[in-house]
Amino acid sequence: MSTIIAYFKGIGQGLNTLWTGMKVTGYYFFHARKEIITMQYPDNRDTLKIPERFRGRVVMLHDQNNEHACNGCTMCEMACPNGSIKIITDKILNPETGKAVRIIDKHIYHFSMCTLCNLCVQACPSNALAMDNSYENSVYDRSELTFVLNQPGSKIRDNVKD
Amino acid sequence: MQAELISKDGTQEYFVNMGPQHPSTHGVLRLVLTLDGEIIKRVEPHIGYVHRSIEKMAEFDTYKQIIHLTDRMDYLSAHMNNEAVALLVENALEIEVSDRVKVIRTIMSELTRLASHQLWWGVMGMDMGAITTFLYAFRDREMINDIMEETTGARLTMNYNTPGGVMFDLHPNFQKQVKEFIKIFKTKLPEYDELLSGNIIFTERTKGIGKLSLADAISFGVTGPSGRASGFACDVRKTNPYSAYDRVNFTEILLVEGDAYARYKARIFEMWESISIIDQLIDNIPEGVIMAPMKAIVKLPKGEFYQRVETARGELGVFVVSDGNKTPYRVKFRSPGFSNLSVLDHISRGHKIADLVAIMSTLDLVIPDIDR
Repeated sequence: MSTIIAYFKGIGQGLNTLWTGMKVTGYYFFHARKEIITMQYPDNRDTLKIPERFRGRVVMLHDQNNEHACNGCTMCEMACPNGSIKIITDKILNPETGKAVRIIDKHIYHFSMCTLCNLCVQACPSNALAMDNSYENSVYDRSELTFVLNQPGSKIRDNVKD
Repeated sequence: MQAELISKDGTQEYFVNMGPQHPSTHGVLRLVLTLDGEIIKRVEPHIGYVHRSIEKMAEFDTYKQIIHLTDRMDYLSAHMNNEAVALLVENALEIEVSDRVKVIRTIMSELTRLASHQLWWGVMGMDMGAITTFLYAFRDREMINDIMEETTGARLTMNYNTPGGVMFDLHPNFQKQVKEFIKIFKTKLPEYDELLSGNIIFTERTKGIGKLSLADAISFGVTGPSGRASGFACDVRKTNPYSAYDRVNFTEILLVEGDAYARYKARIFEMWESISIIDQLIDNIPEGVIMAPMKAIVKLPKGEFYQRVETARGELGVFVVSDGNKTPYRVKFRSPGFSNLSVLDHISRGHKIADLVAIMSTLDLVIPDIDR
């Protein structure tokens, strides 16, 4: 007799535990509008807030005169763990002093190899590099992921130390 | 050979591959099961499907660069992995980091642990056939990810620690956001119990399944919540306190049952402990520098160094042999997932295939951590 009672008691307790869980789901079913956390992602691009520290990809900062702060010291190239940065430098003759000055020809950045670790930005002594907040970086061909960071026609700012 | 496999009653053992693309193996883990009907006779884990040779790669990277590789080992406890390498370098060079850094690291570690346990809870429910838990867990985990994104700039692979400190200072919103999260999550965590912990289907499937005795837990080196559910006091935060863990009060969760349900409960209790640790620290983050003065090129002295931290899965050990150069001579990671996986064969013998899913889920395996 006691086993039969225990059997039905077990069924009752089991149903009770199921009901406890169903109460939680039931609450959210009837209070669905109370806290909506789902984002309608592609439609909410305009209102999407990306934190300013979000690491999208590496960019070189240019001012309004199309001038950057990179003097080609290759600190970022050495700091990069994956070899995704390659700097091609050039030398020009400073007309005032008559000395050869190192400038960058191309600051090549392979986004396909980059792990966005931020070490290059930290290594840069003249704060020429930064991480932008871009997302949706997928492309159809791998070659499109190689960027030249210095803009065409840009030159180094005057007050940057060598 | 064939005749040996056939038992007296005429049945025959057979082999089944579980994985490497099985969803309940949480990654690319291949288990070769020897079965007698539905009863498991032997489990043979075959690993190496996501082996990226992180230990070898670390030999060619400087100590600052190694840290970003450790993100990719146990991606759910990325911050703790980073912290392990950072602490090793700091201890080897005898650099004293500021109190602010210590507290920041502790809060971040506990947030990561919460996020990891939340994900585990959701996936655990999903392995048992309940999709509801997955959605509830990700709702709460999203808040932590947003906090991480605001301060560290990344949601999962943060690379926030550097030898000597942390990369950025805390975001001005950090304290407010964390307090808000803690306030909300304290009301949400009881829901976890209501939804899954007491559920008759869940308890029937986990109680008494995959029993791991204390002696076995110690001999297999099962650490973390899985080990503590068997009564193995292995919390590195208690035994070898690092960062700010020596100044907070928290209980080391120790259970005695050692079955799948105990491992489940250990993690639920641990979430409450993590909340209490964050509660104690969030209001008094001391002022200070976020970066101790370091040389541009970090060189460790000649010798061998070991540092261990408690990740969400157990004890992570980093062993570095240095020959005095800027790159290590040899790096070895003692990953918690590998040791926890080694016990799988031992505790799942004699159970059904469906129980194996429950056992694996409560061991909380992360495959990239096992393979490295």
